[in-house]
Amino acid sequence: MTSLSFDAVPALLWTPLAGALLLALLPGDRLKALANVAVSLSTLLAALGLLIAPRPPAGTFVLIDDLNIVFIVLGSFVGFTTSVFSASYIAHEITVGRLAPAYVRFYHAMYQMLMFAMNLALVSNNIGLMWVAIELATLTTVVMVGLYRTHEALEAAWKYFILGSVGIGLALFGTILVYVAAEPVLGEGLPSMAWTSLIARVASFDPAMLNLAFVFLLLGYGTKVGLAPLHAWLPDAHAEGPTPISAVLSGLLLNVALYAVLRFKILLAGNGGAFAPGPLMVTMGLASAVFAVFMLYRRRDIKRMFAYSSIEHMGIITFAFGMGGPLANFAALLHMTMHSLAKSGIFFAVGHIAQVKGTQRIADIGGLTVTHPWLGWSLVVGVVAIAGLPPLGIFTSEFLVVSSTFARAPLLAVVLVFGLLVGLGALLLRLNTLAFGEPRGETHPREASYLPMLAHFGLVLGAGIYLPGPLVLWFRHVSGILG
Amino acid sequence: MTQLAFDTAHLLAGSLVLVSFLLLYQDRLYALLKIYALHALVLSASVAWQAYAQNAPHLYATAAIAFAFKAIVVPIALRRIIERLGIHREIETVVGIGFNMLTGMGLVALSMVVMLKVTPEAAPLAREDLAFALAVVLLGLLMMTTRRNAVSQVVGFMSLENGLVLAATGARGMPLVVEISFAFSILIAFIVIGLFLFRIRERFDTVDVGVLHRFRGETR
Repeated sequence: MTSLSFDAVPALLWTPLAGALLLALLPGDRLKALANVAVSLSTLLAALGLLIAPRPPAGTFVLIDDLNIVFIVLGSFVGFTTSVFSASYIAHEITVGRLAPAYVRFYHAMYQMLMFAMNLALVSNNIGLMWVAIELATLTTVVMVGLYRTHEALEAAWKYFILGSVGIGLALFGTILVYVAAEPVLGEGLPSMAWTSLIARVASFDPAMLNLAFVFLLLGYGTKVGLAPLHAWLPDAHAEGPTPISAVLSGLLLNVALYAVLRFKILLAGNGGAFAPGPLMVTMGLASAVFAVFMLYRRRDIKRMFAYSSIEHMGIITFAFGMGGPLANFAALLHMTMHSLAKSGIFFAVGHIAQVKGTQRIADIGGLTVTHPWLGWSLVVGVVAIAGLPPLGIFTSEFLVVSSTFARAPLLAVVLVFGLLVGLGALLLRLNTLAFGEPRGETHPREASYLPMLAHFGLVLGAGIYLPGPLVLWFRHVSGILG
Repeated sequence: MTQLAFDTAHLLAGSLVLVSFLLLYQDRLYALLKIYALHALVLSASVAWQAYAQNAPHLYATAAIAFAFKAIVVPIALRRIIERLGIHREIETVVGIGFNMLTGMGLVALSMVVMLKVTPEAAPLAREDLAFALAVVLLGLLMMTTRRNAVSQVVGFMSLENGLVLAATGARGMPLVVEISFAFSILIAFIVIGLFLFRIRERFDTVDVGVLHRFRGETR
């Protein structure tokens, strides 16, 4: 085993950080895009290394356990495929003159900074460090959303910045409250901020303080998950930024914020006196999901529509994690994985579609399966997946969410199923005009990279048909941790 | 801890809430920036006193950063931006001043009730500090939501951050790592904001965020 015992954690953090520096210095657009792919691939390899290498013991700042490995591997995978998509997407944007060379440099450096920030948030064993990392991730995405410098992009970035800062401010207040709750038991200094020591002694913390802290943390990090009523930044940020960023936001950043919420949920569950955090999450999740499906109907912008669909799915995932218990947690984990893959896959397709059509307006896009069979049919597969139809993976996970809810809270399940059906209707309605019928709108020729998209949809389809045994075991184990 | 140390800390934290109220009813940008400088000054005095009272010398660094960066550099820089961009000096508010002040009072009462109720076991200093800090945070939020002008939203955000620093210093012995990185992130946040102001200026002759709403994607 010694041959395998390399330390994956530093590689996971330093690779993207060094990559950011490198990309800020490298000349040549093509070279930068390739280097971006290479750096993302190395990060993915480091993440996969976590699966086989022996785990380092939890340190003062770094913690690797079964829970965050799921997030790290999923995140690095989406990060890598998005970098492949981004290479062809950005090349086109340079050709049509939407992006100046200086911004391309900036974009690639920021992309790797984002990967660094997300990995740091996931591996950190310190609630303060995690907060700093999530703040860093917010700032990098804010500047990337504003990259095109159009009116809409600026407004979206400003809105994201203001709401994101409010959320991050509330989360810090909650973090401080957790420290204040832990300090009488664990003493001053770092142990009162480390997950490992917090979890070990949480039973003797002041429950009232933990309750208050969790409210702030849920509202704060919930803003970044995109939960209603603090979701307003999400559709704008998805619609106006470069499409690779939309894919990374939906596939990665929302999950990282959710991870933070989950960690604190585990913490609260360990304290007998604190309230159960589940019902709060159930309420916010269900409200977001139901709200978002109605918003799906009146969208005119294709990226904005899928952004609302992200709110819906993050709502469902939060709902399922809030329900808790082995089955619902398992379903939520599976749903999170499937949603990340399917949604970023859809954004890959949508990015190319917007480029060939030269617009994001739904009214100007039509008959894609006729004019662009690959893109059109991929979109069909993606939308069918995200709408939760069999045989794709999201059907499996949604079915598990619904059936586990029916067993315990039938009324909530009725609301959830209603929401899912309304969302299904909206998506299929739009899909009909987008993919089928007479071709509409002008068409620009371009080369697309189909591989990332097909890889994602392939995985979603595969998971819908057959879930590998080790994966099921792993998720089951993590569901147990989540309680 | 002596009674005097406690009372002084109390006084300074209370003053911060008071200055937050002053921020709330300013209707001209220059005056707003001056009051913000005062806000940062009170914060740095409060943090310095905490450093003395808790015998935690590393907090002096936080106080120094608050003083130099927030009370001097940021207000001057924002003033320059306003001058250079020729921004309207009057601030439009979404709701009237009276309503704003009443809401503010309600928020302060709320934070007192909430924090004092849930923290009977915490040290008295931390307890009062957290209550005041929450009040400052909520007042900052109120200011951000009731102002249309981008500069005053930024000031609202920075006063919110001041409340967070107050909370962090009130928590005894919270590790320095967090505070320094916290100060850095404010710095980064500010750079981002500055960037945005300039970018917004490139496209429009105003930083009134209300004007931006015309360009919402949905109304195209």
